[in-house]
Amino acid sequence: MPSVISLQKLAKHYQVPEREAGLKAAAKGLFKRQYKNVKAVDEISFEIQPGEVVGFLGPNGAGKTTTLKMLSGLLHPTSGSASVLDFEPARRSHDFLRQITLVMGNRNQLSWDLPALDSFDLQRAIYSIPADEFKRTRDAFIEILEVGDLVQKPIRNLSLGERMKMEIVGALLHRPKILFLDEPTLGLDVTMQKRIRTFIAEYNKRYGATVLLTSHYMADVEALCKRIIVIHHGKLLFDGNLSQLAEKFSAFKTIGFTLENPATDLSQFGEVVSTDGSRIVMRVPKEKTSAVTSRLLNDLSVEDLTVEAAPIEDVIESVFAVKKEAVE
Amino acid sequence: MKRYIDIYLSMMKLSILEQWQYPLANYFYMIGMIAEPVIYMVVWSTVAMQQGGMVGGYTPGEFAAYYIVWTLVRSMNVVFTPYGWEWRIREGQLSMSLMRPIHPLHADVAFFAGWKVVVILLWLPLAFALTLIFKPELNPTLLEMIVFFFAIWFAYLIRTMTLTLIGMVTFWTTRVSALFELYFAAELILSGRLVPLSLMPEWIQSFAWFFPFRWAFGFPIESLVGNMPLNELLIGLGMQIAWIIVGIIFVNIIWKIAIRKFSAVGG
Repeated sequence: MPSVISLQKLAKHYQVPEREAGLKAAAKGLFKRQYKNVKAVDEISFEIQPGEVVGFLGPNGAGKTTTLKMLSGLLHPTSGSASVLDFEPARRSHDFLRQITLVMGNRNQLSWDLPALDSFDLQRAIYSIPADEFKRTRDAFIEILEVGDLVQKPIRNLSLGERMKMEIVGALLHRPKILFLDEPTLGLDVTMQKRIRTFIAEYNKRYGATVLLTSHYMADVEALCKRIIVIHHGKLLFDGNLSQLAEKFSAFKTIGFTLENPATDLSQFGEVVSTDGSRIVMRVPKEKTSAVTSRLLNDLSVEDLTVEAAPIEDVIESVFAVKKEAVE
Repeated sequence: MKRYIDIYLSMMKLSILEQWQYPLANYFYMIGMIAEPVIYMVVWSTVAMQQGGMVGGYTPGEFAAYYIVWTLVRSMNVVFTPYGWEWRIREGQLSMSLMRPIHPLHADVAFFAGWKVVVILLWLPLAFALTLIFKPELNPTLLEMIVFFFAIWFAYLIRTMTLTLIGMVTFWTTRVSALFELYFAAELILSGRLVPLSLMPEWIQSFAWFFPFRWAFGFPIESLVGNMPLNELLIGLGMQIAWIIVGIIFVNIIWKIAIRKFSAVGG
């Protein structure tokens, strides 16, 4: 199947002015400015197939948003190429823009002072959505997100989570084939995050849309994405599924078991992460997992023993801890 | 074409609805704005009376007419400023506009056109009050009124183009206010805003002919109050159209270069 998103050695470099602190440096900077070349995105390549939901992860400043901006046509790449639905995003052709959307968790495009319904109507005009299709899509989204009682209130009177739901409805009314979602659940409470995740999953299922999602909430990624792409210091660090990520980056596994005598000293087996009554969760180095498991079963009276990969949050933390030199 | 009409009408509707959310704020803004022409009116009427009832061909009643019409033209001149460009880039709003399959300039023109509808409605009682107080001498013909109608909308478009051009400098530097202040100083002198251009020295009047300021401000007022012959009215409208076309061409050229420089700093 041909890919809908394709990046070939895509790069974005910025010239950032820099100077020392203080008046002397400021005066010197008037005559001779010094610049630093920052490689925000450094020759990354990947392909995404139609209908895939891909988690795009990386610490702050890794280059995620810059990549999304290049893929949505907001930024011109310094080098390399990108293709989205066979369009070159930087050309920003209207046919291209009609088929994509970019949702940024901290940005809004709906009128602050008016009910969302008024802004939705403007979207209808801008995207030339036929009136009956517009009404059908709008009403379906309102129903799925359960916002029927909110769409007639001015946006300024809504909570952050309610506003985000409206933004998502507004951004998807034209039924884009590609969704670039940049921290769509940023700052929302757990219930609201879950509702938005369910909606994205439903949209993907219903319309076969392709989704590239950045989020710092691992629950978003675990719930929605089979495939993960990790970027760090502008370079591609990993591209595969979640379990492979844990395999590659986590140095530990967790062993959970129920112990007949919880007072037993377990320090010789590994690091105890949590104790809940007689239920113990222990962290052990990946290469020692088999040996420790055997010893626990042989030496102690244990029940319900399970071996699991480290929690995704811990894995991601290990990935982000990779030093810059390691990815160069 | 049908699509653009739909977009313009929808955007204008949105703008009108937004402005009606704050009618008092809009009114106070307009009342604040008439302080400037009232001062000019009082000063020039006093000068006219001291000089035997007329200065530069204007009687106090004609000055009153000039400056009352001035208030409407000034309101029509309100467009998205370079300060707005600074804000929209800093706050990431331009990024959201760029995601739409329509040039952001269309959105600006349509939005402020909707605002003008509200402005004109709010201006009517203000103009009535000023008329009662200052007793303007204004007897326009039907032709002058028709020309004036087009001239104020053309003026709006000219100023939109010029300030968009200055606003786009923000693609290179995020601070453009100094350049705007310079533009504003030139506009004050060469547009007919400070005084009717006919009161200015001959060389300034000739100079002003080659800049957009006069066509975006002085000409619309003169078309209604200046008893201009038909050929001058037509030349004026022609000059306005020419400046709009030049503006569109330059905006498009600079836009194509500027958008490559866009670094989406604000998001």
